[in-house]
Amino acid sequence: MSLASALKTGDVTQLPSKRDEDWKWTDLRGLLRVLPPPSQPFEGEAPAGPFAGLAGLPIHVVNASDPVVVRSASVEPYVVALHFAALGGGSHSATAQIEVADGANLILLESYEGDEADYVANADLKITVGVGARLERIILVADGADAVSVSSAEVNLGAGAQLVQTVLTDGAKRQRIETRVAHPGAGASVRLDGAYLLAGKRHADLTTVVEHLGVDGTTSQLTKGVVRDQSRGVFQGRIVVAEGADRTDARMGHHALILSDKAEVDAKPELLIFADDVQCAHGNTIGAFDENALFYAQQRGMPEDVARALLTEAFVGEVIDRIEHEGAREVAKAWAAQRLGL
Amino acid sequence: MLSISNLHAEIDGKAILKGLTLDVPAGEVHAIMGPNGAGKSTLSYVLTGRQGYEVTEGTATLDGEDLLSLEPSERAARGVFLSFQYPLEIPGVPALTFIRTAMNAQRKARGEPEITAPEFLKLARTTAASLKIDFEMLKRALNVGFSGGEKKRMEIFQMAMLSPRFLILDETDSGLDIDALKIVADGVNAMRSPDRAMLVITHYQRLLDYIKPDRVHVLAGGRIAESGGPELAHALEREGYDKYARAA
Repeated sequence: MSLASALKTGDVTQLPSKRDEDWKWTDLRGLLRVLPPPSQPFEGEAPAGPFAGLAGLPIHVVNASDPVVVRSASVEPYVVALHFAALGGGSHSATAQIEVADGANLILLESYEGDEADYVANADLKITVGVGARLERIILVADGADAVSVSSAEVNLGAGAQLVQTVLTDGAKRQRIETRVAHPGAGASVRLDGAYLLAGKRHADLTTVVEHLGVDGTTSQLTKGVVRDQSRGVFQGRIVVAEGADRTDARMGHHALILSDKAEVDAKPELLIFADDVQCAHGNTIGAFDENALFYAQQRGMPEDVARALLTEAFVGEVIDRIEHEGAREVAKAWAAQRLGL
Repeated sequence: MLSISNLHAEIDGKAILKGLTLDVPAGEVHAIMGPNGAGKSTLSYVLTGRQGYEVTEGTATLDGEDLLSLEPSERAARGVFLSFQYPLEIPGVPALTFIRTAMNAQRKARGEPEITAPEFLKLARTTAASLKIDFEMLKRALNVGFSGGEKKRMEIFQMAMLSPRFLILDETDSGLDIDALKIVADGVNAMRSPDRAMLVITHYQRLLDYIKPDRVHVLAGGRIAESGGPELAHALEREGYDKYARAA
């Protein structure tokens, strides 16, 4: 059951539905009665995407054709910008394979864009990060308001590997960004962050699954969301600590601000622990604006809109400040400022 | 300067201020003392326009201009500053960013140009030094993880930076040890001037040893129960608030 298999077979019954526990808040079966035909090959100049200027190697994929393969063996950080565009409607299926060789260091600046058509897009990424290797992955998703899109990444980590990831999205008609990590423990570390800034009737679902399979692994997660109008944010974070995966240190945080009565946030943080000697914690808060902080800022002279913008930007800023790549962090800041109307 | 007449205010339908009248002329420091629950903090929130505090009767003007119809930020731009009893923590916003945003918002409201970055930093450095505040602290998120004393010192720092005309100090001595109290009091006293006025709200007389008031008022039962010179504070210290509580 996946959007990928539904697009491949043209069979809508393959779509995940609210009867699947993992998809209960992001029902595709109920939304899509028919699947649009595959998109036409794109002719013309491919859009550059937000990260092209920062990369040693910019790759553009428009309307998804052949699988993309990125292999890096560079010990020095090497920057690849991978931009997926969905233009002109229809359905798009993209696949990519990212391989970071043992001891190598890759910065993957991944971005998505779509037009105003009611397209359906799926992207599947298979990522391997070798022994002692490092991958910094920043994902900026800018779908159209009528789009349905799913991006799923499966990440396999080697011993002592590092994965740091930040997802930034403003949602779509229905959208899911999923990351599954097979974590070997063994000194490997994972940071999975995310920010969703939603307005209108947009929907974004940030789902992560990290399976700690061996001893001595760490995972830290911080996701923040701001929802306005009638938008809906979904956060599902699952951390599994397998039997024997002792000395695992896993921390998960999800915090959301709801700025309108009709907006909604659904969150399901899950820690499934089958080992004895672990440190795991999660924190989850969903709420309205802190009126006390708002008044404090107003008393100092900020009009209400200025105070709200400053406090919201600071709220999201905690995630953005954790982005290590300076250029990408600046892009993320500008992105957030624009989404928050600053 | 500040003129309050027959002020009535309530929270959630419960009357707290019941006909308070008070004049604080420019150049003077007035202390408001009173038992817990007398309405001291309510008065500070009504004057600054906090939501949920409803004025049902009476007036409050600053230099003749009606304060009560203004937004909180507009009152701030006209020079009203409240040093909070419990200063808020503002995660993610460095103290300098917060104050600069506030300062420029005030300037914009008054039709003045924004302060430049070098001017602002220079002012911040000299002000921090005078209040014995480590400049590095100003780069951290405002009040986050600060001790009670540090938060109060940050209030005075913000006050000195924003240079307001009418200062309200709400229980500024609470949570301060004697050294911190002296620094805070020095900072406040440095701001005394013929064209400024202050309202110092306090439960204890101790603060008034360091910030000498021109007038002392006892707030009890939602109105001014007695007014006098500085000696009134000492009498209260000896005799307590019992007689006012009974009268209320």
